[in-house]
Amino acid sequence: MTSSRFTRRGALKAGAIGGAGLAIPTILRADGHTGFTNAPTGSTVKIGFNVPQSGPYAEEGLDELRAQELAVEHLNGIGDGGMLNTFSEKNLDGTGILGKQVEFVTGDTQTKSDVARASAQQMIEREGVIMVNGGSSSGVAIAVQGLCQEAGIIFMAGLTHSNDTTGKDRKANGFRHFFNGFMSGAALGPVLNNAYGGSRRAYHLTADYTWGWTQQESIQAATEAIGWETVENVLTPVGAGDFSSYIAPVMNSGADVLVLNHYGGDMVNSLTQAVEFGLRDRLVDGTQFEVVVPLYSELMAAGAGSNIQGVYGSMNWNWQLPDEGTAAFTRSFGEKYGRPPSGAAHTCYVQTLLYADAVTRAGSFNPCAVAEALEGFEFDGMGNGATTYRAEDHQCFKDVLVMKGAESPTSEFDTLEIVEVTPRAQVEYPEDHPMFAGGDLGACNPGA
Amino acid sequence: MDAIIIQILNGLDKGSAYALIALGLTLIFGTLGVVNFAHGALFLVGAFVAVTTQRLLKISYEVVDESKKDFLGNPLVVDTPYVHGWFGQATGDAIIDWAVPLSIILAIPVMLFIGFAMERGLIKHFYKRPHADQILVTFGLAIVIGEIVKAFYGANPIQTPAPSALRSTVDFGVWLGYEPNSILYPAWRLVYFFFSAIVIAAVFAFLQFTTFGMVVRAGMADRETVGLLGINIDKRFTIMFGIAAAVAGLAGVMYTPILSPHYNIGMDFLVLSFVVVVVGGMGSLPGAVLAGFMLGILQSFASMNEVKAIIPGIDQIIIYLIAIIVLLTRPRGLMGRKGVMED
Repeated sequence: MTSSRFTRRGALKAGAIGGAGLAIPTILRADGHTGFTNAPTGSTVKIGFNVPQSGPYAEEGLDELRAQELAVEHLNGIGDGGMLNTFSEKNLDGTGILGKQVEFVTGDTQTKSDVARASAQQMIEREGVIMVNGGSSSGVAIAVQGLCQEAGIIFMAGLTHSNDTTGKDRKANGFRHFFNGFMSGAALGPVLNNAYGGSRRAYHLTADYTWGWTQQESIQAATEAIGWETVENVLTPVGAGDFSSYIAPVMNSGADVLVLNHYGGDMVNSLTQAVEFGLRDRLVDGTQFEVVVPLYSELMAAGAGSNIQGVYGSMNWNWQLPDEGTAAFTRSFGEKYGRPPSGAAHTCYVQTLLYADAVTRAGSFNPCAVAEALEGFEFDGMGNGATTYRAEDHQCFKDVLVMKGAESPTSEFDTLEIVEVTPRAQVEYPEDHPMFAGGDLGACNPGA
Repeated sequence: MDAIIIQILNGLDKGSAYALIALGLTLIFGTLGVVNFAHGALFLVGAFVAVTTQRLLKISYEVVDESKKDFLGNPLVVDTPYVHGWFGQATGDAIIDWAVPLSIILAIPVMLFIGFAMERGLIKHFYKRPHADQILVTFGLAIVIGEIVKAFYGANPIQTPAPSALRSTVDFGVWLGYEPNSILYPAWRLVYFFFSAIVIAAVFAFLQFTTFGMVVRAGMADRETVGLLGINIDKRFTIMFGIAAAVAGLAGVMYTPILSPHYNIGMDFLVLSFVVVVVGGMGSLPGAVLAGFMLGILQSFASMNEVKAIIPGIDQIIIYLIAIIVLLTRPRGLMGRKGVMED
């Protein structure tokens, strides 16, 4: 026999305990006393690395995590200092940030917007992180950036290439070091013109989400500007696996260039299948058929194997650059992990150092002071030449790389070669450019 | 017309993979009454047997090449496969080149063993449990297998190319009287189609023309009566589970040049194959094959730009749309037995 112990008094008690429990995260922030969310009070400061540790981009997330861990070591004075030695600013001396040793927690985005938001929220509310960094997807970046804006936390985006991240979805608390679709188009256009001429007919296969749409729009604009015609743009589901049904119609479309606006596993599969269908051996009215992959990643290039040989694309950064900053970072990373860093790793590493430097220059962890220090900030020595964090949209402007699949790779890391370092001036655009219109940074939110 | 022919070929190719997985899935349901959501994981394991074979054949010793530098500026360490030393470079390269077909030799015993182990170690304990329990435990097992594969091989897709002799395209149009180069189709996809047809025919022949197959079919129709005749039907069903696992594994092995394997590839196929089984009729082997090819072809047609222009997004829902229609009008599926899935 059972009896119910549910009483009015018990319900009130449970409600009070539950309410206190829900309030704990807010109380623990301790920010009410200092004016901003998660103000560090002890001898340490905690930052959050929110990267894909499972799901299709887990390898890229792992590489980001390696770089982030390395950045923390360098900030805390461990190791050879990496890019701290080449960074144009000399405020960071290996004693942490403003004298506080740097600690970090990690979260798994699973490359899903809702999971990434939940992970970032947990890091902010339970772990008390002062900044969130990382990620390998524009959908995730936009979602987490929105959360950080609401929470009063600085978001230093990882790999996000959609125009929208610093376009219509820009936020005052969010900063992007990585380049974007427009920049890829601006860099690739002239190179494609030189390589393939100005009277091509392009067929686009495009990943059906924010990144794919904006990259396709950018590449279409850039190629039409050099005289190419766009035959068709077909949206493909993310993770389609077998793209043969989408590739087969290309053959009799009259197109002589296939632009694959795909990333990650989708890029590997669609490129492999395009090669399998003989597109790269095809002649269209006497013109050699070509394939273009506007956004490259070393890790994905390795997955595509020999299929990428001679295929043009673009990158934010590559370990083969000859500058001192790149050499310093590649040496630190390579000696610790036995492999060169990826572009995603580089951007996360640099973003962590840039945040630390901005805090030091601002003399405060207050996100609004940090944002002010980053806005319009000009720096060098981080691998991309002279760089500016534009105040109006929080987008970094710097040189962009045009890459090509290596014709005769000598090792597993030697899959891509640098064709051209496109100067920054060529990829710049006004902040009210139509492809970035509709956004508003809004006011910086310190939280609390 | 040429575009339609290419999409039919694509559909047959996709349908081959769906049919092979669905065949095993429905075989297990028909014999053991188990809804095996880990069946996609068997396709995954098969695919990674091909990856493993490729890696085994590429096992190398290191040679330092002082004339070249690695990314840190140190002398480059060059990997030289042992098969080069054993058979000479040309023969060694040819062996590595044929890694995918060669992996069939390894895949059959490995998949049979995994099938037996899965059935004896886990699934037999769920025979008398509700289908919901079976789905939960096998789905969980599929996730575990996927994560184990990820731990060993990473999350990125791994290139496992077809032999170079079969990487070209076949001028299919010429066979049908069209202009040369109007209908080119990848040779390996045709190989996959014929391979699937042979495996499917072999499974049907095994069940139709052998005593073992006759007992299994009798067991599928009336397990209790066969048991009363003194035949150990459980043992035969366990063997059928192993054969179903081998069929799914072979489908995975041969699919690797078409779709670079990654740890989640099994899940990608599982859902589709399950729909194929439901449409074909749970427990019906001819139904699984028919539905596999039919849905593969319909999916390919739905991806055509002309079709998508009329019904946007149809390529992503066509299979499920067909499943809904079939389940509403004929709950037992196209060739399902009366009474199965109808109550």
